[in-house]
Amino acid sequence: METLNTLRAGPDENGHFGIFGGRYVAETLMPLILSVERAYTQAKADPAFAAELASYLKHYVGRPSPLYFARRLTEAFGGAKIYLKREDLNHTGAHKVNNCMGQVLLARRMGKSRIIAETGAGQHGVATATVCALFGLKCVIYMGATDIERQAPNVYRMKLLGAEVKPVTAGAGTLKDAMNDALRDWVANVEDTYYMIGTVAGPHPYPAMVRDFQTVIGDEARGQIMEAEGRLPDSLVACIGGGSNAMGLFHPFLDDRSVRIIGVEAAGHGLSTGQHAASLKGGRPGVLHGNRTYLLQTADGQINEAHSISAGLDYPGIGPEHAWLHEIGRVEYVSATDDQAVEAFQLTTRLEGIIPALESSHAIAYAKTVAEDLGKHHVMVISLSGRGDKDVATVAKALGDNALGGLS
Amino acid sequence: MSRIAARFAALKAEGRAGLVTFTTAGDPDAATSQAILDGLPAAGADLIELGMPFSDPMADGPAIQAASLRALAAGAGLASTLEMVSRFRAKDDATPIILMGYYNPIYAHGVEAFCREAAAAGVDGLIVVDLPPEEAEELAGPARRIGIDFIFLTAPTTDEARLPTVLEHAAGFVYYVSITGVTGTASASREAIAAAVARLRRHTSLPLAVGFGLKTAKQIAEVGDLADAAVVGSAIVQRLASGLDAAGKAPPGLAGEVLGFVKELSAGVRKS
Repeated sequence: METLNTLRAGPDENGHFGIFGGRYVAETLMPLILSVERAYTQAKADPAFAAELASYLKHYVGRPSPLYFARRLTEAFGGAKIYLKREDLNHTGAHKVNNCMGQVLLARRMGKSRIIAETGAGQHGVATATVCALFGLKCVIYMGATDIERQAPNVYRMKLLGAEVKPVTAGAGTLKDAMNDALRDWVANVEDTYYMIGTVAGPHPYPAMVRDFQTVIGDEARGQIMEAEGRLPDSLVACIGGGSNAMGLFHPFLDDRSVRIIGVEAAGHGLSTGQHAASLKGGRPGVLHGNRTYLLQTADGQINEAHSISAGLDYPGIGPEHAWLHEIGRVEYVSATDDQAVEAFQLTTRLEGIIPALESSHAIAYAKTVAEDLGKHHVMVISLSGRGDKDVATVAKALGDNALGGLS
Repeated sequence: MSRIAARFAALKAEGRAGLVTFTTAGDPDAATSQAILDGLPAAGADLIELGMPFSDPMADGPAIQAASLRALAAGAGLASTLEMVSRFRAKDDATPIILMGYYNPIYAHGVEAFCREAAAAGVDGLIVVDLPPEEAEELAGPARRIGIDFIFLTAPTTDEARLPTVLEHAAGFVYYVSITGVTGTASASREAIAAAVARLRRHTSLPLAVGFGLKTAKQIAEVGDLADAAVVGSAIVQRLASGLDAAGKAPPGLAGEVLGFVKELSAGVRKS
C-alpha cells in the first residue's frame, strides 16, 4: 500500500494492513463475511447509497457536528489552542451513530431483517437500537453483565428503543465476551441476520468499512479548521478502545505529514499494574475476533481481561489499522489513567459546560499533560467522541460520596 | 502412510465408519484428562480430537467453552497439551490424534516451533477453527512440511463456488460442520447430512467426518451410514461436567464414567 505513496489506500484485497487485519473466522461465517464485502463494495460504488447516507446524516443525525474552540480549557491548559470536534452533539450522543447509519442502510440493501451487535458502554448498542427503530428492524444487543450494571441508563434506552438486550456472563462480562456471543449468534442465524460491528475491528471488511463511515469526522474537521484557522491543525488527539472515533478523525489527515496524530489508550489503574486496556503499550500481536492485531494476552496466548473505568475502552484489542499505524510510526500511541480521565471529565464540565464521555475524557486528559509545552501557536483538535451523561454515576462513585454533596 | 490415512483405510476394510471423539486437554484436571485420553481407543474411539484450551472459543457452545475454562483454571496450556499427546503415544502408536482449537495460542507459541513440537509429540492433524483457507497457509504450510495434516472445515454455508477453495489444500479428512451454529446445539436432519455428503463427495476423495450436534449412538449410526466418520464432542464433555462434584472437582471414577459413555456411543459404528 505504500507504493501508492499514500497511507490511506489500505487494506489490501484480503483485508490486511501490513501483517494486521485479515479474516480469522470459522468457515461457517466466511461466506457471510464475503457477502458483506461484496455488498459494501457495490454500495460504495453507488452514488445513490452515498446520497441516502448523507441525507440521513444531515437530517437525522444532525451533521455536520461543530468544531468548537474551547477557550476556557485552552486557558486552563496554558498553551495549545484546543478545538473540540463535537461528536457528543450527534443524535444518540456519540460518534457511533455515523457507522450504524451506514451499516443499517447496507443491511437493508442486503435484505436482512434482524440486526445483532455487541456493546461495551452501550453507546454502540443505543445507536444500533436507534437505527433499527428508525427502519423497523429486529434488534438484539449482546452486552456483558458487568457493563449492564455500570451502564444502566443505556440499557434502559436500548429497551425503550425496542431492542432485546442479552446479558453475557462468560468471562468478566465485558465487551470481549459480548463480541464472542454476538459471533455465536451470527453463526447460528446466517440467513436473516446482519452483524453490526461497532468499531474498526473484527474480520475484513469491517475495519475498513467502519473507518469509511467514520471518516466523516475527519473530513468535516479538516474543512472546519481551515475555516477557523486558515491552516491544518498541528495535532489531532483521540481516545482509543477499538479505535473508531480516532480512525474517523485521523484518516483524512494521514498523508499530511505536518500533522502530529496521537491516539490515547486507557491506562486504567496504570500500565505497570496490569489492570489497563492499552493493547499497543501493554500487549503484543495476536489473533482474536476475526483479525490479527495487538492484544492483551498471557505468554501462553490466552486473552486477558482489560480494565478501564470507561466501559467503551474496556477491550483487550484494538483495530488492525491502528496496529499498523503504530508499527510504521505514523501515529503516536500514548495512554491516560482512570484518575486522569475523571479529572479531565470534571474540568471540561466545569470550564466548558460540556460533560464529556469518560472515553473522550482520556483524550482531554492527555492534552492537558502536553498543551503547555506545545505553546500558544499550536492548534490541537480533540475528538469529543461522546457525551458523558451515561457516566455520571460512575464518576460519582469514583469521587466518593463526599463529592456528591448528598445528591446520591 | 500417515496414521490418519491408515486408520481410514482400516475402517474401510472393516466396512464401517469411524467414531471421532472430542475432549478438552486438561479438563477438569491433568490426571483425569490423561486417563480419559489413554482409555479412548479401548472405549471405541477410532480417531481422537484433543481440544487445546482457549480463553475465547467463539465457535463453541457453552459446554466446550466451560471445558476450556476448567482446563485453563487447572493450569492447562499448549505445552501441557503436547505432553499429554507424548504420554499417549508411548502406549498407542496407531490411533490418530488431531489437535483442535484456535489460532492465538499457536501463534503466541510460534508456528514453526509448535509444528516441530507437535510432530515430535505424535500429533497427526490440526483443526484450527479460526483459520479459514484465506488465512491458513501460515500454519498449514509448516504443518504440511513436517507431516501434519491440516484439516479444513466445511459448513452448510460453504457453497458450490467456494468448495474448491476450501478443499484445495485439504489433507487427512474433510470435517463437515453439519449445522449453522456453535458446537453442542442443534442437530441436522439425516436428509440434510445425506445431501451435504453427496455434494462433498463430488468435490473430494478424502474421507468425510461429520460433526456438530451428535449426541447419541443412534445419531452416530445414521451418520455412519452416510459418511466415513462421526464426531462427538459436546455430549462427551457434558457427561464429564455432569460427573463433577459440588466443588467442580473430578471424583474417583469420573474417567471410567466418561469412557463408559464413549463405549455406548461407539456401538453406533460397530455392527453387533
